[in-house]
Amino acid sequence: MRLRIRNGHIVDPANGIDAVGDICIAAGRIVSVPGANTEFAADRTIDAAAKLVIPGIVDLCARFREPGAEHKATIASESKAAASAGITSICCPPDTRPVIDTPAVVELIHQRAELNHTRIYALGALTHGLAGERLAEMKTLMLAGCVGVSNGIQSIRNTEVLRRAMEYAAGFAIPVYFYPEDYYLRNDGVIHEGATSTRLGLPPIPATAESVAVSQALLLLEQAGGRLHIGRLSSARSVELIAAAKQRGLPVTADTGICYLHLCDTDIGNYDTSRHVIPPLRGQQDRQVLREALAQGVIDAVCSDHQPHDDDAKAAPFSETEPGASTIEVLFPLLYRLVAEGCLTLTQAVAAVTATPAGILGIEQGTLSVGADADLAIIDLNRTCAVSREQMLSNGKNTPFIGWQLTGQVTHTLVHGRMVYEVA
Amino acid sequence: MTENDIQLDHKGRLKHFLTTEGLSRQLLTDILDTAASFAEVGGRAVKKVPLLRGKTVINLFFEPSTRTRTTFELAAKRLSADVLNLNISTSSTSKGESLQDTLHTLEAMHCDMFIVRHASSGAAHFIAGQVAPGISVINGGDGRNAHPTQALLDMYTIRQHKHDFPPLRIAIVGDVAHSRVARSQIHALKTLGVQDLRIVGPKTLIPADIEALGVRVFHELEAGIEGADVITMLRLQRERMRSALLPSEHEYYACYGLTEKKLKSARKDVIVMHPGPINRGVEIDTHVADGPRSVILQQVTHGIAIRMAVMAMVMGAGPESG
Repeated sequence: MRLRIRNGHIVDPANGIDAVGDICIAAGRIVSVPGANTEFAADRTIDAAAKLVIPGIVDLCARFREPGAEHKATIASESKAAASAGITSICCPPDTRPVIDTPAVVELIHQRAELNHTRIYALGALTHGLAGERLAEMKTLMLAGCVGVSNGIQSIRNTEVLRRAMEYAAGFAIPVYFYPEDYYLRNDGVIHEGATSTRLGLPPIPATAESVAVSQALLLLEQAGGRLHIGRLSSARSVELIAAAKQRGLPVTADTGICYLHLCDTDIGNYDTSRHVIPPLRGQQDRQVLREALAQGVIDAVCSDHQPHDDDAKAAPFSETEPGASTIEVLFPLLYRLVAEGCLTLTQAVAAVTATPAGILGIEQGTLSVGADADLAIIDLNRTCAVSREQMLSNGKNTPFIGWQLTGQVTHTLVHGRMVYEVA
Repeated sequence: MTENDIQLDHKGRLKHFLTTEGLSRQLLTDILDTAASFAEVGGRAVKKVPLLRGKTVINLFFEPSTRTRTTFELAAKRLSADVLNLNISTSSTSKGESLQDTLHTLEAMHCDMFIVRHASSGAAHFIAGQVAPGISVINGGDGRNAHPTQALLDMYTIRQHKHDFPPLRIAIVGDVAHSRVARSQIHALKTLGVQDLRIVGPKTLIPADIEALGVRVFHELEAGIEGADVITMLRLQRERMRSALLPSEHEYYACYGLTEKKLKSARKDVIVMHPGPINRGVEIDTHVADGPRSVILQQVTHGIAIRMAVMAMVMGAGPESG
């Protein structure tokens, strides 16, 4: 189909475009961008006047629960939710069941993704079974189509294993995606250590559980070489460590989850299990530092860190519930809220979920260049909607943002020129 | 802290009793006064009042307990309620039944009140949010969060000996980090107006930012209890020695064990409390535990009156209405 998107406010950070104009699409690719030829015979024209047109969103971390926990969600269910949120590329960590440590699992995920018109980029396991003991077949996994390797949220207690895994990956130029958590400092904790953990009497996780792991990983990176992406930063001190490492020229990038830019530990109130997440929501100061770090580029990207759960997983006393929040549908509206609050420019916000994460993943998505795959989202910034269970498409209704009034509703989502979501 | 309102009905009366946090001074005082009116029941030849006749109380204990469970049971029986004791730790959960399912099963038996003890902080809040509207939940201790009836029996004991709260210097000594009793005491004492509230213990057993609750922290016992009117000793679980929190019982006793000698730095009329069970020779010396300053056994007695008061109040059956 030949498609024209007319008069949209196009923001394409990769090409430095922030202008009103048309985008034309043919054969699944972008054939013209604003300012270029307007002679185009379209089968369909979408009026995007007063709407935002951005590259399809690239989510650096979302769990679709398949294979292994299909009672929580499936690639089919979450692909719909992602499409409704303008998300067209998703990076999924290897902690499925079975773990992504054989090519067969990679193939299964890719097949399901293709059936559902979603681009899923799998991370292969860094260690076999994520057990942190011996190396996974990283090169084999890359050949099977993985974009990098990771140990999920399982920490590698043995620092020698972590060093060798990073070295081995570096030898093949395989990027390592690292979730920073010191196993022993995490202990049995479920909430940020501070006045709130003390008030609620919940086992605490100190901020050092993250910062110690970040500093260890950065020092090992210096020795092992290669490229490191550190995911889900939650604390101020970690941000400082990353900033210093970047200043010294270490090849490191970082992201945070959207929750951490909006919520802090006090929001847990009296044991609100929808706010039981890992890493834990930290203090107000941490949240402020994360926002500033994003604006300054110390934090490169923002991901949803989407973790859909069945209701039972959250219906128990706080520390017995499963951590994680269903956030894929609020990623852009919550980021736009930071623009509205003056923390970020619109271009910065769009870049943090498009061009920058695409660059980290080493994929061609995340731009509206001529010739690029026509993955894009059209967003109505004049529409404000309250988050409600009923309107969520994700199988996981465990969002901590119920009742929040959010602006920025996606009206159309395209993947390779195909309309995968169109608002009713 | 509006979520604490789950404890109160629309008229501000006690509906559940989950935590001392957020309750008004008036309400705490009402509970103490109600308990006082029940205290004499235990001295009668016929130790019963008919306030909860026909009501069914379930002691739902997911964690072992002797004194809390038996005093709740006794309190319920003195109010003429029917009591069922369930030790869930050894039945349903080991069969894989969820807490929700256990609750709904018991609800189907038409009970009126759950007394809950659970190893997880927030369990009582969770259960109160789950039960049918007519059912009241009383927290018999949840994780490290709260043990509100224990705190109130402590308030009752303090009031018997010291009358007025604001001028008191009170020291809570020991493993505050893992103590639900300490948290409930702190909230109650601050609400009752105590200014000079102290927490004494090694740094590894003092939780982060506890000063935010309005207490001062001491790491030396003698300094912490100096001039104290009331000292509450907390139980030290032996498993703390196996982690990296403490080197040994020997060193703990040397530093924080309450002995006659150390007690000299407190006021002459100091009272010494302990929620029990006591580890003699670990946190407290036998001579102090059994000595003239100790009110430990009075605490147990007061526990029955306090629990009667709370049970009657959550059922809307205070002595004035009954």
